[in-house]
Amino acid sequence: MNGLPGLYNDFIAIFLMMAGFYVVISQGNLVKKLVGLGLFQTSVFIFYISMGKVAGGNAPILTDGVEVYSNPLPHVLILTAIVVGVATTAVGLALVVRIQEAYGTVEEDDIQAQDDAEEWPDDTAQDSSKDTGPDANGSARS
Amino acid sequence: MLIAIASIKLRDLFAVVMLFGIYSFMTATLFMDLDAVDVAFTEAAVGAGVTTVLMLSSLRLTTRWEKIPRHSPLLPLLVVGITGAALVYGTLDAPMLGDAQAPVHQHVAPRYIEQGPVEVGMPNMVTAVLASYRGYDTFGETVVIFTAGLAVLLLLGIQENPDTKPGRTAIGDQLVLRVLVKILIPLILLYALYVQFHGDYGAGGGFQAGVIFATGFVLYDLVFGDGNARLVMPPRWLHRLAALGVLIYGGVGVISLLGGKAFLDYSVLSHDPVHGQHLGVLLVELGVGITVFSIILAIFFAFSGRSRIR
Repeated sequence: MNGLPGLYNDFIAIFLMMAGFYVVISQGNLVKKLVGLGLFQTSVFIFYISMGKVAGGNAPILTDGVEVYSNPLPHVLILTAIVVGVATTAVGLALVVRIQEAYGTVEEDDIQAQDDAEEWPDDTAQDSSKDTGPDANGSARS
Repeated sequence: MLIAIASIKLRDLFAVVMLFGIYSFMTATLFMDLDAVDVAFTEAAVGAGVTTVLMLSSLRLTTRWEKIPRHSPLLPLLVVGITGAALVYGTLDAPMLGDAQAPVHQHVAPRYIEQGPVEVGMPNMVTAVLASYRGYDTFGETVVIFTAGLAVLLLLGIQENPDTKPGRTAIGDQLVLRVLVKILIPLILLYALYVQFHGDYGAGGGFQAGVIFATGFVLYDLVFGDGNARLVMPPRWLHRLAALGVLIYGGVGVISLLGGKAFLDYSVLSHDPVHGQHLGVLLVELGVGITVFSIILAIFFAFSGRSRIR
């Protein structure tokens, strides 16, 4: 416990990660959920990069007169992860755009309500929709 | 951190996205402070640049305002609190920040730092590890980016929009903006090429260069209109370029297989192994750069060309 100040990088990462987690599970707007995922992602980046830091170290580019370098391995992992991250975020946003076109909303509750209304229009139709299963519903919708 | 909290609280999604861009930029400066120059570079270009533009263009296609949530925030807060407490408990035994004896610095990292400049022959260790020691991973990641680009194109497609005829501008006749952007774009493209081919010696490499190169085109698109940008770089070229980048990377691997070495062992590319490594890394970074550039630009075109339905 004597080294709590030395762990502040971990605490920052955890705080950011929990902030992102909270956004993902509590907010209904799908775009905002993606922002939350982005927060979560950068918290992991910060965690990795702070792991690679060596006290008194220098950037891992060979320079005359520098003996101590920070660990290049986490840098490599995170470098590629950032670019992969933007590509996957783009896929998420594309899905959100298609959901907006299909449902006219990006609020999770509204989408759920529309799905429920479609699946159980009234009590008499409930049995038939159960028999045909979710596949029939999906094809009917598209 | 404060920016992160603010972006949770706000309901105006436009402001949320802008704050997220600022937050990414702050993260980049933090990476700079932690000696990760290459990563800071990427985060500044990707997080503060490309992600913000992409999110804004998808906001254009959806709605700007978020609805007031109906659920109580107490249950999520409780879950988050418990998870956070467990994680904090887990870090109490973790090594201190900057501790040179931490396990992460003991395994393969010393070899990369000591032998990397000798075996691969380039001063930037990040590039050496990225393209040579961890060439398989990077190949996989390039393919992931390619696949993600394909997924976006399948979902949205690059559509011809009546608003995107050549000659129409998006922002109108903002003279100051147009002149400034005309000066900036050649510099951005030149800088991207420098980052691409100087990645062995300084900070940079294919990933950053591809993103920066794409940013130049995105800027042109934003100021001079969608149609004009598509005249400069037709979308069907982008598809081929993206595949070409992956092919270059994989082709280097196959050539090294044919030369009797393992996949992506660049020593066979030249008589001198170190020289071969250098050539291999250069080619592989070129493949990565081409793929990243064309995929990011194709994704941007897919979002910007889509007209709003409803």
